[in-house]
Amino acid sequence: MDSHANSLIRLDHVAKSFGRRTVLEDLSFEVSAGEAFCILGKSGGGKSVTLKLMIGLLASDRGSIVIDGQELEALDRNDLLEVRKKVGFMFQDGALFDSIPLGENLAFPLRRHTSRSEKEIREVVREKLSEVGLEKELTKMPADLSGGMRKRAGLARALVLDPPILLADEPGSGLDPVTAAEIGGLLQELKEKQRTTLVVVTHDAARVHGFADRLGVLDRGRMIACGTPEELADSRDELVRALASGGEAKDVFSKS
Amino acid sequence: MARIHLKTVGRRIIAFLENAGEFGLFGARVVRDAFRRPLEVQEIGRQIIEIGTRSVPLIIPCGIALGIVMSLHTRASLVRFGASSMIPAAMTIATFRELGPMVTGLLVAGRVGAGIGSELAGMRVTEQIDALESLAIDSFKYLVITRVTACVLALPVLTILMDFSGLMGGLFSEATVSHISATLYVHRGFAAMGWSDYIPTTLKTTVFGFIIGAVSCFLGYTATKGAKGVGHAATRSVVLSSLLLILVNIILVKLTFFWFS
Repeated sequence: MDSHANSLIRLDHVAKSFGRRTVLEDLSFEVSAGEAFCILGKSGGGKSVTLKLMIGLLASDRGSIVIDGQELEALDRNDLLEVRKKVGFMFQDGALFDSIPLGENLAFPLRRHTSRSEKEIREVVREKLSEVGLEKELTKMPADLSGGMRKRAGLARALVLDPPILLADEPGSGLDPVTAAEIGGLLQELKEKQRTTLVVVTHDAARVHGFADRLGVLDRGRMIACGTPEELADSRDELVRALASGGEAKDVFSKS
Repeated sequence: MARIHLKTVGRRIIAFLENAGEFGLFGARVVRDAFRRPLEVQEIGRQIIEIGTRSVPLIIPCGIALGIVMSLHTRASLVRFGASSMIPAAMTIATFRELGPMVTGLLVAGRVGAGIGSELAGMRVTEQIDALESLAIDSFKYLVITRVTACVLALPVLTILMDFSGLMGGLFSEATVSHISATLYVHRGFAAMGWSDYIPTTLKTTVFGFIIGAVSCFLGYTATKGAKGVGHAATRSVVLSSLLLILVNIILVKLTFFWFS
């Protein structure tokens, strides 16, 4: 029917400002079902804002955002909450509920949105935590977990309802290379085994090279380049090349 | 120079009006959403324990101390006129009509207002509120409505506790000084009281509860600026809800006199 028929996520000419500061000027991209799309950009360039717009945590000033055929701007609050059940969100710092233990962090959405028994909920929680290697930390409070553990726990919680879409905000930032690679491995496994559609934002392309089908480079509120990692690595634009290669970007950033 | 001052004053007035408007809309949303499903009964129960039950250890000793102090002052004044038999009545009327509700309101504003303000602000700046929303949970209903409802329900009960604690304090003080019996003290105390002295003054604390809950939730839920914002939300929750409590009380007292004259 149209060229957007296969896209699970579509952003069309989206703009977002905070006061006088324009964060996104004219952002458009599409992500197909089962695809891993990574948005690269400098820190403070609107990557996290883009993700928050995609589940309606922020409202866009202009443009349209369509998730699984539903335009977010046209939805009432209840319908928006229904759309969110299809989307898992991995926050940059985990954003775990700090007043309840880790296990309860995962059990909470299950109790709210499913009719599972307490026994089944406990089983699902254990299973999800073991997938991220945290089954032994079930009863620990979030404050007692390391940064890497909190990120993995945040990933487990984002996936506890088995959403077909996962949005991940800087999954590897602030972590040592080993833990960052572990999280990258988990995302890759998710894409390959469960065919989860991934949208990952990061400033470090090296973290996503293993599983990214396409990369998009966000600069000054616009998607300045979009393509496979190989295509972007051959780009004429120095910034695109630097971001896509994930290294030696220092000089380019200082110029721009 | 004068122009700059005028600009600053103008900006502050606009900011104040903006905040007042935002708070008005927030309060209206609280009233509207309170009757919308899901009713979050379990969480309201948890908050009643947090806000109500955990305030009891603060309310009872304060009530007793207030009763003792009030009794000492009342005795000092009334004895001069040979009206010491009026002490229980004066104490009961003062406590039930005004002191109990007001002091309870201010104590809860201090304990609970700061708690709610900082808790919600902390959740806002650490993205926990966004996390709730991302898990398809209506954070406004789950965090705000439950806390405001708990405040509205807990305040009258805490006020009754405060009233009777004050009465006990007064009785203790009087019994020590004048050896009055408990039966006579209670009889004299309630002889001059009617239902209009208990019901409206206790029920007005539901309005106090709404103010404390709504103000502290508003400041916490809309907090920004990281750790500094958390501190601001906690402090401003106490200051603003206490101030509003005192101001709104004037209107409520006037209305009570008008309806129950």
